[in-house]
Amino acid sequence: MKTTLFSRPAWAGILACALLLALLPVFNLAFEPGHPLHVSSYMVALIGKFMCYAMAALALDLVWGYTGILSLGHGVFFALGGYAHGMYLMRAIGRDGVYQSNLPDFMVFLDWKTYPWFWSMTDSFWYSMLLVVAVPGVLAFVFGYFAFRSRIKGVYFSIITQAMTFAFMLLFFRNNTGFGGNNGFTDFKRILGHAITSPSTKAALYLVTLGMLLGALILCRWIVRSKLGRVLQAVRDSESRLMFIGYNPLWFKLFVWTLSAVLCGIAGALYVPQVGIINPSEMSPGNSIEMVIWAAVGGRGTLLGPIIGAFSVNGLKSWFTGAFPDLWLYALGLLFILVTLFMPQGILGLAGKLRRQKEAA
Amino acid sequence: MPGRTAGRRPGFFLSACIAMHAAPDKNMNLLYKLMAALLLCLQAALAHAAIDAALLAPLAGDDPDARIEAVGQIAALANDDAYKVLSALKNDTLYATPEGRVLVVDGDQAWDPATGASAPAPDGIDGITVNNRLRGAVEGAMAGLRLFSKDRNERLAAARALQKGTDAAQAPLIVKALAQETDAEIKPLLEMAAATANLQSPDPTVRRAAVIALSDSSNASLRPVLRQMLEKGTDGSYTEPDESVRIAAVGTLQKLERRLAFTEIVGNLFYGVSLGSVLLLAALGLAITFGLMGIINMAHGELLMIGAYATYACQLFFRKYLPGALDAYLLVALPVAFLASALVGIVLERTVIRWLYGRPLETLLATWGISLILMQTVRSLFGAQNVEVANPAWMSGGITVLGSLVLSWNRIVIIFFSLAVVAVVWLILNKTRLGLFVRAVTQNRRMADCTGVSTGRVDMMTFGLGSGIAGLGGVALSQLGNVGPDLGQSYIVDSFMVVVLGGVGQLAGTVIAAFGLGEINKFLEPFSGAVLAKIAILVFIIIFIQKRPQGLFALKGRSVE
Repeated sequence: MKTTLFSRPAWAGILACALLLALLPVFNLAFEPGHPLHVSSYMVALIGKFMCYAMAALALDLVWGYTGILSLGHGVFFALGGYAHGMYLMRAIGRDGVYQSNLPDFMVFLDWKTYPWFWSMTDSFWYSMLLVVAVPGVLAFVFGYFAFRSRIKGVYFSIITQAMTFAFMLLFFRNNTGFGGNNGFTDFKRILGHAITSPSTKAALYLVTLGMLLGALILCRWIVRSKLGRVLQAVRDSESRLMFIGYNPLWFKLFVWTLSAVLCGIAGALYVPQVGIINPSEMSPGNSIEMVIWAAVGGRGTLLGPIIGAFSVNGLKSWFTGAFPDLWLYALGLLFILVTLFMPQGILGLAGKLRRQKEAA
Repeated sequence: MPGRTAGRRPGFFLSACIAMHAAPDKNMNLLYKLMAALLLCLQAALAHAAIDAALLAPLAGDDPDARIEAVGQIAALANDDAYKVLSALKNDTLYATPEGRVLVVDGDQAWDPATGASAPAPDGIDGITVNNRLRGAVEGAMAGLRLFSKDRNERLAAARALQKGTDAAQAPLIVKALAQETDAEIKPLLEMAAATANLQSPDPTVRRAAVIALSDSSNASLRPVLRQMLEKGTDGSYTEPDESVRIAAVGTLQKLERRLAFTEIVGNLFYGVSLGSVLLLAALGLAITFGLMGIINMAHGELLMIGAYATYACQLFFRKYLPGALDAYLLVALPVAFLASALVGIVLERTVIRWLYGRPLETLLATWGISLILMQTVRSLFGAQNVEVANPAWMSGGITVLGSLVLSWNRIVIIFFSLAVVAVVWLILNKTRLGLFVRAVTQNRRMADCTGVSTGRVDMMTFGLGSGIAGLGGVALSQLGNVGPDLGQSYIVDSFMVVVLGGVGQLAGTVIAAFGLGEINKFLEPFSGAVLAKIAILVFIIIFIQKRPQGLFALKGRSVE
């Protein structure tokens, strides 16, 4: 086993990419529009969003690519992280809402007089950060504990995660659930006292996201390279053999499943202030499956793959929805089919195959 | 002479008024003028039975209660003049002179209902303002007048409308209508309405008789009325002062509540079975493709949608080329929808799914991609909006049971249709050669292959069968709800839940799971609302699968995986 996490050229490549990404908001702030080195605010916001997606795809790949558990419910963890942070952002609006009340507009609309209990203390930023980690984490732990304990696996697990997503979406669409119904949270004004629309706040959020993505990548790399990671891959390849050897897969699966949910929740929390809205459609089953295709396109069972996949699929989506909005669903559908039929290991797998062919020649 | 004829047949005139009443506002003026002209002839021809001035006077006054009472009393006359005064009041053409006379003004002519004489409108008259409360009373009273219509359906509709609520002022009118009513269906309705109206009578014996007469009613709107009679006011006295009436009210209320509770249970049972049949039709195809073949087909919902759109296409075809046989379109839609969905299914199986056998997670992703493409295709062919699929005449309407519960024909037909489809599927699987092959291939693919069964062909046919049944499900769904490109999405989670709950590969399990979920859903809804009921069911299934991963009807076996 190698002692360093990445090989020297890999480290160099990752850091070079990170540096390049980090320069985007700097160039956006430093150069006036029209300057050849200027990066548009739209571009910065887009890349910031993609990095959140990449983090979610990374989290998903940790359970799917390495442990063989296909989740169709990571959209819920993403959205719950977003909602947990959104609660703080809603409180931070203060009296600047349309109704100039202490309560968020949607509560005024419902004629509520006080905050419901689960909103208590959410005016504290750090408490909301705790919720971002705890809510998806606890949900995943409880759900995973019961599912893994009764040895639900394969497609059954996928289907019940989809049912969970569906149930959560219905729940959050209700106005009386207390999270703004189908409008969700929006019209945020400030975060930690800084105006949320100002370019410097946006740049700071972008850089935090980049840092978190890098941290998540290193953490995942450390896990999959450790002995724990090898057990996880054994779960993926032959769970019953692992059990006959004497391991109990429950706690390994539960650990990686919960960690993945937490990472996904953090990605959601970073996503909401940058995009400025969170609503229950983020929990629709379709969104969760789209996350899976990011990981599949990039290459599952690798860590850089999901990041590459999230950037390329979403880049394609932005381009398509701008250029041929009617064709995007055809393209996405074809992507699902072609990737599963012809590129089971994704872009990275294809690249590896080409390299091996070259070496053999 | 038209006036004299009309005079001999009061019903004729009333139906003319009704025709006017029913006409859209645009034609109102013309009809109204025609009617006024006719009335003038009438006055010229007959010594007119005018309305007592004392009855009319309160209309011009300020006391709101007196005005409403006057409206009721005028309506109780149940003659043409009464109708004319009331409709003038409704149309803001009723005026009051400073000395308190009431005039119906039409153009520059004013007709005095108290004398029956017409004269040019005097100066200084003032329009009688109608507030919402009075307008409601006028409309109610005019509806009451429809009870005297010659047209039976008109009377029936009026009697039905009265079931929603009456007041004491209408009682004389209803009693009068009851006396001359001979129709067996309308009569009990009127009796009920008369009793309801009599509840507000000042005479306690009349009230008591009314309460007792109502003990056979199953009208839910009576419940608050009876409850209110038993309530105590702020000063500690009952709303209903007479004790004997109260005692009778308690008895009637109990009977009524028992009957309503029973009706509700029967209603829930019916709607539960109906929902179950829908779930069954949605899930039955999946029970074959997923349950028997093990293919996770996320495009199953879209196969339902294709069936629904095939129904829509059949309806379009019949509307255009065979409008005379429009009601038969649904029967033609069944084979069309089956073939359309089966064909799409077979194409999918041959081009995509068969390369992914043994890799369920990849199948899931690829079929999800297919579902996106199918949805977008339908969207570009038929538009993103919902399309309208009408019930054929023989499926619209319903039968009324237990007084107030309407069981609609489309739901009843679909319940039996779902059972018929299950029977056919069972026969195919158990009694045909194809079924034998299907069972052989699912039980031991390699052995079946060795004995010469063409497994690839059987896979194709089985998948086509499952898809075609989804198409039949789509025909049924088109008769109950909206047909749009997203139709399938709302059923895919439910369908998988039914199949997983019922036990994979178990037809009987699917049937029981579908009807069970339908019933549970409908009985939870009154307590929790539709959304929470749905969430509760999903949570229940998730917990259930934890306990019994093999579903309700697991095959007993000893294998590890």
